[in-house]
Amino acid sequence: MLSLLLKLFWEFFKVGLFSIGGGLATVPFLYSMSASTGWFTTAQLADMIAVSESTPGPMGVNMATYVGFTTAKLLGAVTATLGLVAPSIIVILIIARVLEQFRSNKHVENGFYGLRPASTGLIAAAGFIVCKIALLNLDVYAKTKIITDLFHWKACLLALCVLVFSNWVKPTKNWHPVIFIAISAAVGVIFHFAGI
Amino acid sequence: MLKDLWELFIAFAKIGVMTFGGGMAMLPMLQRELIDNRHWTTEEEIMDYFAIGQCTPGIIAVNTATFVGQKRRGDLGGIVATLGVVFPSLVIIIILAHAITSVSHLGWVKNAFAGIRACVAVQIINAVVKLGRKSVVDKRTLAIFVLVFCAGVLTDISPVWFVVLAAAAGVLLKQWEARQSC
Repeated sequence: MLSLLLKLFWEFFKVGLFSIGGGLATVPFLYSMSASTGWFTTAQLADMIAVSESTPGPMGVNMATYVGFTTAKLLGAVTATLGLVAPSIIVILIIARVLEQFRSNKHVENGFYGLRPASTGLIAAAGFIVCKIALLNLDVYAKTKIITDLFHWKACLLALCVLVFSNWVKPTKNWHPVIFIAISAAVGVIFHFAGI
Repeated sequence: MLKDLWELFIAFAKIGVMTFGGGMAMLPMLQRELIDNRHWTTEEEIMDYFAIGQCTPGIIAVNTATFVGQKRRGDLGGIVATLGVVFPSLVIIIILAHAITSVSHLGWVKNAFAGIRACVAVQIINAVVKLGRKSVVDKRTLAIFVLVFCAGVLTDISPVWFVVLAAAAGVLLKQWEARQSC
């Protein structure tokens, strides 16, 4: 148990140290964690993203708590969250002392010039994985080899609707993401998205 | 001293409860709680903290909390404010995760999450487009974006490496540019 908690702390310490920005920035690290540790599946991760987005609290923190809880219950949740914030605390307490040098440092600014598109690329790659899980039936296709079986048509249609309404239709494009999640959940239940 | 720390904890716990989503969502809450309600800081200072929170490792919300706490009550203040901002997440998510685990085998819950996943997929695409407008500003940043995206999809390399290499690339590209221009 102790070794699991230590590993959990270390994994989230790395997430806290290397993810830059807010919101979805931690997601690519969690995908990589899912592959390397097997603590949770990528499908579970997609559900955790939804829950973390729809509940109070900064999303990155919610994700850490959720993954920690899934891995090692209550202690896991606390350990993962502390692991995530530990690098922030260390780094910020140092920077607060040398604030002026940090702000005017050319290398810091230039580093971020390269970091920002990389961070966006990582989130896009994570988004690609979520699309694969949400919109395709890879296991059904593997059996039948019929191209129309590859797509989860209901989910694709719903995704298209969400895309249109959240970007181009007034007033829905200003709605909070939670509302879209709630509606999508209802649509999923009514139209038996999981086929049950 | 103890009372001050307690106040810091409560202030940031309130901010944590009221922040939905990430990063930017926190800004209006910070303004209301720290400037309007408690008069602890000014608009300019908040923007500074926030800017630094964005360009240092870690979650913006956590970084900003540590920063404000440190400015107000030293290192201990920074730690207390950070614990405050994560406290609501811990409580709420633990309760929810527990509840969801106990109903996750039910058919309608599976159906609901299948619908939710389609929605989340789109929301991530929206976020990428929004971030891309700010981060992909020229051909070189576009190249970094495309390279990292492809490598992220096709390989199992840890994102840590991309972050380290991209930062180095940013510094080198800018230095090379400076040398070219003189």
